Amino acid sequence: MGLESAMGEGYFTTTVDSLAKWSRSNAVWPMPMGLACCAIEMMAFAGPRYDAARFGSEVMRFSPRQSDVMIVAGWCSYKMSHAIRRIWDQMPDPKWCIAMGACASTGGMHRCYGVVQGVDNFLPVDVYISGCPPRPDSLLNALMKIQEKIRNEQSVLLDTNE
Amino acid sequence: MSEKTAKEQFLDDIKKYLGDDLLEIQDGYEFPNILIRKDRLHETCQWLKHEQHFIYLVDVFGTDRFTSEGRFEVIYNVVCLRTRVRIFLKVRVEEENPSLPTLSDIWRSANWNERETYDMFGITFEGHPDLRRMYMPEDYQYYPLRKEFPLIGVPGSIELPSTTPDKA
Repeated sequence: MGLESAMGEGYFTTTVDSLAKWSRSNAVWPMPMGLACCAIEMMAFAGPRYDAARFGSEVMRFSPRQSDVMIVAGWCSYKMSHAIRRIWDQMPDPKWCIAMGACASTGGMHRCYGVVQGVDNFLPVDVYISGCPPRPDSLLNALMKIQEKIRNEQSVLLDTNE
Repeated sequence: MSEKTAKEQFLDDIKKYLGDDLLEIQDGYEFPNILIRKDRLHETCQWLKHEQHFIYLVDVFGTDRFTSEGRFEVIYNVVCLRTRVRIFLKVRVEEENPSLPTLSDIWRSANWNERETYDMFGITFEGHPDLRRMYMPEDYQYYPLRKEFPLIGVPGSIELPSTTPDKA
């Protein structure tokens, strides 16, 4: 794990839980659910200027099986909601969800019959981001919130093998 | 007297062709709006395409005027590719069982546009080969662009995905 060179000869004690949380929180791989203009900001978030790699989240996984956090970026129509929920259900636990921007959080300016008024109608959202679209900084902030949540609220004891 | 433009010539022609069945012409700007009687619609469009070379049906759409008489209006945007005249042909339909003859046998492009108009306003097009809804679910009970339809939609009328995944 690279620890050997840092620690030199010897050992250190920890718990499985904190080790798992430490490694999990520094490798939160996003599932980019780019639905509208927010997705452009999401790309900037992954690009070199904002550099999500600093937080271990540079690998956008287009396969739900390999991802940990779903970033719903953009407005979600009723037709799309079924596809999103299906992808969410395919993501392995533990998983988190970011509702990026006004539309994903509340429906935003799309106050009409075809758009779901907030993806929390069918997804358990962990972090909401305001803005239309939000700056990549806000998405980084949301990612840090997720990391904090993993470190403080998660436990390997919660992982079930059902 | 100067030469007539193609548009003026066409307006004279359609006035002569329809007579009293032509209800109103608004010619305030570049493209004339021509309101005609519903029962002459199909015949007029045949004439437009075959005699006047209006071979391009750009768009078909509806409006809800929210009046007690002639509530809905269906508007056909047609272009003559020979004289470059573009007109908006309008017909009014009643609120009770709104229906019109289909124009998809004249212009193929009317097919999907009429389906959209049916989806949004509930105007049926008789003789249409495949009158299904365009955007909304097939079992949807409302017509979203009618004025009485709430802007936000009817809560619960479209199904959201289940939040409890199936146990495999």
